Amino acid sequence: MGGELSKSRKLNNGIVAAVCLAFFTGMVGMAYAAVPLYKMFCQVTGYGGTTQRAEKQYAGRVLDRDITIRFDANTNGIPWQFEPVARSVTIKIGETTQAHYSATNKFDRPITGRASFNVQPEMAGAYFNKVECFCFTDTTLKPGETLDMPVVFYVDPDIVNVPELKDLKTITLSYTMFPVEKKQPVASSAPAAGSSTNKVSDTEASLGG
Amino acid sequence: MAEAAAHDHDDHRPHGWVRWVYSTNHKDIGTLYLIFAIIAGVIGGALSVAIRMELQEPGIQIFSGLAQMVYGMQGDAAIDGGKSMYNAFGAAHGLIMIFFMVMPALIGGFANWMVPIMIGAPDMAFPRMNNISFWLLPPAFILLLSSMFVPSAPGAFGVGGGWTIYPPLSTSGQPGPAMDLAILSIHIAGASSILGAINFITTIFNMRAPGMTLHKMPLFAWAVLITAFLLLLSLPVLAGGITMLLTDRNFGTAFFVPDQGGDPLLFQHLFWFFGHPEVYILILPGFGIISHIVSTFSKKPVFGYLGMAYAMVAIGAVGFIVWAHHMYTTGLSLDTQRYFVFATMVIAVPTGVKIFSWIATMWGGSISFKPPMLWALGFIFLFTIGGVTGVQLANAGLDRSLHDTYFVIAHFHYVLSLGAVFAIFAGWYYWFPKMTGYMYSPVIANTHFWVTFVGVNLIFFPQHFLGLAGMPRRTVDYPDAFAGWNMVSSYGSYISAVGVAIFLYGVFEAFQKKRVAGANPWGEGATTLEWQLPSPPPFHQWEQLPKIK
Repeated sequence: MGGELSKSRKLNNGIVAAVCLAFFTGMVGMAYAAVPLYKMFCQVTGYGGTTQRAEKQYAGRVLDRDITIRFDANTNGIPWQFEPVARSVTIKIGETTQAHYSATNKFDRPITGRASFNVQPEMAGAYFNKVECFCFTDTTLKPGETLDMPVVFYVDPDIVNVPELKDLKTITLSYTMFPVEKKQPVASSAPAAGSSTNKVSDTEASLGG
Repeated sequence: MAEAAAHDHDDHRPHGWVRWVYSTNHKDIGTLYLIFAIIAGVIGGALSVAIRMELQEPGIQIFSGLAQMVYGMQGDAAIDGGKSMYNAFGAAHGLIMIFFMVMPALIGGFANWMVPIMIGAPDMAFPRMNNISFWLLPPAFILLLSSMFVPSAPGAFGVGGGWTIYPPLSTSGQPGPAMDLAILSIHIAGASSILGAINFITTIFNMRAPGMTLHKMPLFAWAVLITAFLLLLSLPVLAGGITMLLTDRNFGTAFFVPDQGGDPLLFQHLFWFFGHPEVYILILPGFGIISHIVSTFSKKPVFGYLGMAYAMVAIGAVGFIVWAHHMYTTGLSLDTQRYFVFATMVIAVPTGVKIFSWIATMWGGSISFKPPMLWALGFIFLFTIGGVTGVQLANAGLDRSLHDTYFVIAHFHYVLSLGAVFAIFAGWYYWFPKMTGYMYSPVIANTHFWVTFVGVNLIFFPQHFLGLAGMPRRTVDYPDAFAGWNMVSSYGSYISAVGVAIFLYGVFEAFQKKRVAGANPWGEGATTLEWQLPSPPPFHQWEQLPKIK
């Protein structure tokens, strides 16, 4: 094995290793790129029960078929009483409807909350169109204040063309209210761990749905 | 190292601890990897025996007591702590066996030892990088072990989320430092594997002897090349995913926190984009070893060499587009499920090519049932059983009822615990005389095989019945109706533990008796380059490049 050969081989080795390393970095980048891409994918397809924010105020047509919308409310780490005014409503597919939730701040200082939402079955998310929703904005409640929170929606008539959903009788719309203040990172310290368990039990006591 | 091999001679070799700690020699590093894998395997195996002792009867048997002894808990705290400890044992067992036993044994151990020799190279392409690859593993292992002794959730110690560490259980569910230690451990083990993968790719592409074209390369080298590519593609995604976990836990990011716009399900996609190729990373080097052994002990060249090589390429490639078959129950649309069912079942085709080619290699051959061949036959038989249950689980409809039951446990232990581990032992008994120069006692090796074969089948076959009956995985207790087969399964694990003891005694006995093995103890069937060298091979081999026919 001559010095000439091994020198060129060394160079070659370096190139292969550099390509591998670039590849590795690229894949880490891909993993992080998955975060916005996945969010975009969910919003476009309604995947995972992401509901649609409607541009139009109403569907083009109304079908002569009933569908029941059930309403569910939960809280996570926020001392609010949060519940739907009516448990369910039966409407025609395509009909635009208004439903109400109510929230009361049970704490002694103002709190800002934000609702995240989901529908079951998850596939129906793509056909559940919200025209107006309190979940589009943050809400601040003074101590003891109660607020009526409307949501205006319709079910897209195209839902009857989906094999998985064509016989669907019930859609459940679920909200979870979160406090907007940034929470401490979870792995901070042991005392924080204790207080976070307390929070969970508070939540269970004030479960609305 | 390439120049060093040209003018260094055997008498220049370092001695004492310097030889091992500063080692740049692929054979010494391979030996270190194998010793490390044996130690990790014994620890991981002990964890699994504790799990089986717990599950031997309904109710809580040993873990409350263990929690009292290890964590000093009392009363009800010990009962709850014991349940968490059971979960931590399960998670640690999985992570140890995957990252610290199978991967170090097959890739770090056998591949480091044999790939350079088989392709006619003097050493790996980057010998110093090889050294750091190994020495990253012990600290990673220590981090994982120490995670079992620090708090996770209130009143619990150790990572309790299984090896899959799904959020939110791994973020807000376990605020203590145990999860952070485990994540760092996986980071370091992953860095070690990535460096190893880059080293193997460079070695196999650039350092083959003249005449050793890719299409003449031994199948084990092919298997390691494909495995290295799988590592390079999949590990960064895991690294990214667990880094997101780490920053979600410690720095207030919200990748997986729903109240701040994140999505916990995204972690499952990232994890399984790594996790599914990972199971092929664990098994492909085994495929390579089995091909050599079946060919050697049938005294025939392997049937359909190119088909075998490209079947592995196909398995590796398709392995990247089937990940969501681990997630059928997360609300995928029917069309998505149809695709993943189909793609998953397609993998049975190249796998079938391999199984049938091994059988065709044996067909009409002059078969001798030496210990490596016994292990290889055991591998083919048991891996096929695991493959059949895999095709069952690939069906989304059936998976609805079998998801997260013991049926899944039985399936992946048949392909990994019985598949990959049998391949490791097959390789061990095949190359032990080459690596050490000593021949083990065939009687002890055969006893090891039969005891292990009976033991592992007793453990895992009844778990199919338990899973079909609906017994969920990751639970410390179960209804009385499941008691019978759980008892059988636990006895099987004790028999397997005896098998491990026989294995260790066999190694001890071989070094004690020092029976000289000779350059090629397996005869005319052993045709790959390592059998042209003396046993053990010289410190630097192929100073005269081998001639490739």
